[in-house]
Amino acid sequence: MATVTAEQVEARVVETLASFGPDADQITRGSTFEELDIDSLDLVELAQVVEDDYGVVLKGDDMKELKTVGDAIDLIVSRAD
Amino acid sequence: MRRRVVITGLGAVTPLGVGAEALYSRWAAGDCGILDGAGACTDFEPSELLSVKEMRRLDRFSQFALVAAGEAVADAGWDGALPYDPMRVGCIIATGIGGIQTIELQHDVLRDRGPARMSPLGIPAQMSNAAAAAVSMKFGLKGQMYSVVSACSSGAHAIGCALRMIQYDDADAVVVGGAEATLTPFGFGSFNSMQALSPTGISRPFDARRDGFVMGEGAGVLVLEEAGAAAARGAKVLGEVTGYGSTSDAYHLTAPEPSGDAATRAIELALNDARIGPDEVDYVNAHGTSTQLNDAAETAALKRALGEARARKVPVSSTKSAVGHLLGAAGAVEAVATVKTLSTRMIPPTVGYEVPDPDCDLDYVPGEARPLVMSNGHPPVAISNSFAFGGHNVTLVFRGAES
Repeated sequence: MATVTAEQVEARVVETLASFGPDADQITRGSTFEELDIDSLDLVELAQVVEDDYGVVLKGDDMKELKTVGDAIDLIVSRAD
Repeated sequence: MRRRVVITGLGAVTPLGVGAEALYSRWAAGDCGILDGAGACTDFEPSELLSVKEMRRLDRFSQFALVAAGEAVADAGWDGALPYDPMRVGCIIATGIGGIQTIELQHDVLRDRGPARMSPLGIPAQMSNAAAAAVSMKFGLKGQMYSVVSACSSGAHAIGCALRMIQYDDADAVVVGGAEATLTPFGFGSFNSMQALSPTGISRPFDARRDGFVMGEGAGVLVLEEAGAAAARGAKVLGEVTGYGSTSDAYHLTAPEPSGDAATRAIELALNDARIGPDEVDYVNAHGTSTQLNDAAETAALKRALGEARARKVPVSSTKSAVGHLLGAAGAVEAVATVKTLSTRMIPPTVGYEVPDPDCDLDYVPGEARPLVMSNGHPPVAISNSFAFGGHNVTLVFRGAES
């Protein structure tokens, strides 16, 4: 997993979030999940994708702290190292 | 005095197309939406009618309900703001089966990839109240909201509950209907094992050649309002729900009780509730499933409830001849078709009916649509029957709008 880059994670996270409803070009690192209308059910699905792709397990307590897309990307990258 | 309940909006998604008008006008023209033994909503394109979020979060039955409700609410002139206190607007969307496509899909995930990979939307998408919840959220309806489950009479029971909700002053308006999407391997497999489905794939209610029902999918939704409130806001009134009767066979899981006592009683109760006699019924929208048992039993019940002479005079037709059997949506879709029939004063035929059966000896409107003859010179009255596995019997009475 050491080969995973922040750019790869960002692209995967944006693609996944876009499949939940918001337009891909609306989604930036600074976007909050609230403004993207991404709720806790969506985040569980995101966690499933992340675990499949990067072997990173995100639990409910991890997710609760996430406010922005950047928060999620940083957490995933740090756990994937 | 009892509060009166008028119909101000109609919506439908059926095998004849998206929209109440497509349902009624194509049925009245003698069209049939059944292809290859199923009544699929092939014109329904979710991506054109729903947001990405709605598509992902809603099982197909809820998608049908949301689109039909959108049409009904717009038809009632509710676009934008609700004309009532939201807490006084109820929502009942019935289903017989619920989100079976979601269950099948998530069961595959469970078996193939394990429970940790199941979607968090599995339960909330398949639950039978999901369609009611989706409609309530979309339109901001904050009064009583729930689903009704009684197999093939679910949609009719829902309308009965909505009628009472307004009559008892628990709501000023209710968005009510039924939805079903059971054209899945589980649905076909199970109904086939029961030998309930037509092996020829033809829905021809009351015809001697009938050999089972044809499964369909879709939704029907009506907007009901208290008559005084509807008049005060200048609403266009499409008709009135005037009676509701419901009984149970307490006999068998799937077969109708042979004497038809309970089905007969449901019709009588509905007429009593509407404070009318058999002579005032101008049209019967039959349950008419195209099974041997139902169509004969329904004919017998109509003759007992209306009296032989009156039953033979009243035109009877089955919407299922044009769309198949929409199970939990059937009662609501047929209510939409019945209200349109009363409005247009034109009775659609039992499509494909040709060969009489001695056990089914009423006027089933063969051939083509015919003008509705009003026996009493007032707005016409129709009854709509729904019967169901489990032994449910429901009859609704509708009165057309003043012309």
